Amino acid sequence: MLPGKKGWATIKITVFFLSLMPFGLLVKGVINDELGANPIETLHFGFGDWALRFLCIGLALTPIKTITGQSWPIRFRRMMGLFAFFYASLHLLVFIVLDLSLSWEAFKDEVPKSPYILMGLLTFLLLVPLAATSTKKMQKRLGRNWLKLQRLVYVAGLTALVHFFWLVKSDYTEPLIYATVISILLGIRIAVYCRRTAKLFSL
Amino acid sequence: MLIKTKSNILSSEITDRAVFESRREFIKAATIFSAGIMLPSSGHAETGKYADVPIGPYSAKLPVTGREDVTSYTNYYEFSSNKKDSTVLARALKTTPWSVEVAGEVEKPGVYNLEDILKDNPVQERTYRFRCVEAWSMVVPWIGFPLGEMLKRFKPTSKAKFVEFTTLNNPEIMVGQRSGVLDWPYVEGLRMDEAMHPLTMMVTGMYGDELPNQNGAPLRLIVPWKYGFKSIKAIVKIRFIENMPETAWHKSAPGEYGFYANVNPEVSHPRWSQSRERVLGSSIFTPKRDTEKFNGYGAEVAALYSDMDLKKYF
Repeated sequence: MLPGKKGWATIKITVFFLSLMPFGLLVKGVINDELGANPIETLHFGFGDWALRFLCIGLALTPIKTITGQSWPIRFRRMMGLFAFFYASLHLLVFIVLDLSLSWEAFKDEVPKSPYILMGLLTFLLLVPLAATSTKKMQKRLGRNWLKLQRLVYVAGLTALVHFFWLVKSDYTEPLIYATVISILLGIRIAVYCRRTAKLFSL
Repeated sequence: MLIKTKSNILSSEITDRAVFESRREFIKAATIFSAGIMLPSSGHAETGKYADVPIGPYSAKLPVTGREDVTSYTNYYEFSSNKKDSTVLARALKTTPWSVEVAGEVEKPGVYNLEDILKDNPVQERTYRFRCVEAWSMVVPWIGFPLGEMLKRFKPTSKAKFVEFTTLNNPEIMVGQRSGVLDWPYVEGLRMDEAMHPLTMMVTGMYGDELPNQNGAPLRLIVPWKYGFKSIKAIVKIRFIENMPETAWHKSAPGEYGFYANVNPEVSHPRWSQSRERVLGSSIFTPKRDTEKFNGYGAEVAALYSDMDLKKYF
């Protein structure tokens, strides 16, 4: 049996606080100086990892709905997407404030020399309109275009992967894991789309 | 011989000692408490095997990075590409007995016991800045001897133009070698004049004690004006050769890691800038420091490359 209105509210609040945990743990790590020899890197990579993880979770919800036939996963889609944006913002913030120490000089020198940083910035820019139009109000106002716009998340998933692949020195294990997950999640969508189109034409 | 001490590093570039040490205050206190030993301000143990080693020439007067940081943040792909995992996995390595094979264009080839090598080469302590190609740096009180002194004893012939070093190949212990991340075993090399340069060190210890496994025990190279990946760890073979050796990172990505790998803020890595470096152990609000050409050892080594285009021979 599915939970009622109150039940869902409780579950949502629980998921919300669980999603904040990585943030809490990393901040605690900074305060207690537990982030190792290169705390900025730990913080920076930590936020980046979680941005990618929430992006994957967000992308998994529609396929779960398709496969199980249950509609409840969609209730969490906005929250997961916004958490991906939240962690991506922190990832960028650590880069600008701590890694570059807010130095425009350093930004001008380091960013153009780094294709992977440029790809990261592009990914963030792709996420901004998605977060900005995540409210119910915006959804209504944009009508059918809203869904089209939100599909930018597929592109963001791919640019995030490229960002990760380009920064790695030689061991591609981690980005390969994310690439596999994202390929499956986008692959299911393609399969569903193909089947629908095929059905449409056979009618 | 003129004994020089490095002093061409501006005081403004040195992390303020108060800032530098505050982060480690707690850990230091905990260490003193648990180990029951006093640590001097530089943070090294005075009870270790090499506690009374004399300070050698070229030793920099810089605030030393905390031992805890240096021993928990190591690039040792033979064990793992993760800097923390490699420090733990490296514990499995057995470093005694250890021998080094000397081969190639040399009058006295053979297999030498590390103990015998150490008998012939008295150790000294030298504090050098260590700059990784990943744009971070640390300052480490290494213990070892000049590589050139050791190489001379093997009597290289006139055909010896390069020295090639090889790391132990043992996938059973070095679990990272089971993956194809690099072409094992790890190989590095130096031009003969670089190898004979008095700054170049063979290292067997640090912080007044023996080298921890994760930092390259029992024998590693330190070439302070080059990126860290040149400073090969756990050396089992030294070969004198006529032609430039093919080295591990160069083989894996020739466009990104050159044979020379001299620290140079003017030549960026194809994927990131080399102008600045994060100094390990500094506060999270400390800006990165500007990287110096040849890692600050230009006065000593720039002449080795005077006729070379460093952008081409990166």
